[in-house]
Amino acid sequence: MSEHFDAIVVGAGPAGNAAAYTMAKAGLKVLQIERGEYSGSKNVQGAILYSDALERIIPDFREDAPLERHVIEQRMWVLDDESCTGGTYRSADFSKPPYNRYTIIRSQFDRWFSQKVRSAGALVICETTVLDLHMDGRRVVGVRTDRENGSVYADIVVLADGVNSLLARKAGFHEELKPRDVALAVKEIHFLPETTIEERFNVKGTEGVVIEMAGKITQGMVGTGFLYTNKESVTVGVGCLLSDFKKSGVAPYVLLEQMKAHPAIQPLLAGGEMKEYTAHLIPEGGYNAIPPVYGDGWLMVGDAGMFVNAVHREGSNLAMTTGRIAAETIIDLKVGGKPMSAQNLARYRKALDESFVMKDLKKYKNMPDIMDRNRQFFTAYPNLVSQAAHTLLTVDGVDKKTKERFIRKTFTRARSTLGLFADAFRLWRAFE
Amino acid sequence: MIRIEEKLFQNRYRVDAGRSHIEIADADVCAIHCQDKPCTFCCPAGCYALDNAGRVTLITDGCLECGTCRVICGEHRNVRWEYPRGGYGILFKFG
Repeated sequence: MSEHFDAIVVGAGPAGNAAAYTMAKAGLKVLQIERGEYSGSKNVQGAILYSDALERIIPDFREDAPLERHVIEQRMWVLDDESCTGGTYRSADFSKPPYNRYTIIRSQFDRWFSQKVRSAGALVICETTVLDLHMDGRRVVGVRTDRENGSVYADIVVLADGVNSLLARKAGFHEELKPRDVALAVKEIHFLPETTIEERFNVKGTEGVVIEMAGKITQGMVGTGFLYTNKESVTVGVGCLLSDFKKSGVAPYVLLEQMKAHPAIQPLLAGGEMKEYTAHLIPEGGYNAIPPVYGDGWLMVGDAGMFVNAVHREGSNLAMTTGRIAAETIIDLKVGGKPMSAQNLARYRKALDESFVMKDLKKYKNMPDIMDRNRQFFTAYPNLVSQAAHTLLTVDGVDKKTKERFIRKTFTRARSTLGLFADAFRLWRAFE
Repeated sequence: MIRIEEKLFQNRYRVDAGRSHIEIADADVCAIHCQDKPCTFCCPAGCYALDNAGRVTLITDGCLECGTCRVICGEHRNVRWEYPRGGYGILFKFG
């Protein structure tokens, strides 16, 4: 393995695959290195695929990509111990092709994507872990793998090695992640007959439902739960800030088990067979936590660069988009005969700034701080909302005006009138 | 009581026998200097446990390779964390 490549891509998730595919298709000599037995065997996601980001890379992906269900309904639930208050958006419009988003199973989807990367002409090597970056002064010139004589060299190394990105840390490009900048998510997949899923979730064919949840299920921690329908399975999980897990002392799998027992969730899973339990860190530090994403001879894409929009639960689309933009930057430099220097690669960051990736992350840059310092959004408010719904919906001879007064009082008692205004202001500022 | 082993039993692993990809650098740091020992309750695979002598033990066979233990040990930096050799470790069936 002493050949020289135009580019080496480390990792075969959505970011790495997008980068490798785009470069190979443009005729660059690309080597992609993946540590799993196949692309996808180390990767974990909810998982929702947003069509737009993939369409810009593989326009006809719907023809053969392994997709589970197209999402026609999104429920947002606020959970109390016993109850569930929420909103639903369901539209027949979402059932008109081309579909906007799908549930996917990552091991299958990533394997499909990897096949596309190979077909485009990249060399993909699996079961190989990259141990270090080879440096020439400050410039990255290649990688050292755990294969015998396992050093390979390239004009540029694209780091798509995921949230942990050990390579960037070993090379001193990044500091260690902070527990408050990552969420720890745990998830299970439960298999159910297709007909059961159709009846239970009121869908037909390949229609699917997404449920996002907040409230008591995270036991006061900043986080959310989710439940997605696949073709013959349901994915259920919960994620909270790692710093909160550390403080709370609640084991992640205990949190998930208690969430699954909630009276609104348990019936949706009943009778299913659990076939896999997974865990994953999600980089949720947002705009202010984004590390340097380029340097002499290297670029960083996807989770490794903290490209996740936690507010909108978007990550894989940012991964594919950053992978694509990184590849386009490299192709431009290559075509122009320019060196892969930090100075030239700065245009990658500039292109990101002009894309939805950075615009969205910038919009919510204060969100992590606001949520961290205002726990009431995950504790007091879910309770208040549940109580209010319970009061209004219980018919017991009490007149509505009295009920309203009672509800108002529960809110002002919990947060004070000034507190309510302050919270509304904080939320407005966060979403502004 | 939830047994994490029952969950992990559903997963597929190729264990690299005798080559743990994560190590506790200095057991004394855990035993003496670390008050909360968050690895013993934050690890989603329950790889870390406290023995009767108050020492932290680590068995990585069920590791999900998430990185939690390394990140959470930020104060002491006492976890030596590498990915398993290529092809080894957790092999997600679904992910």
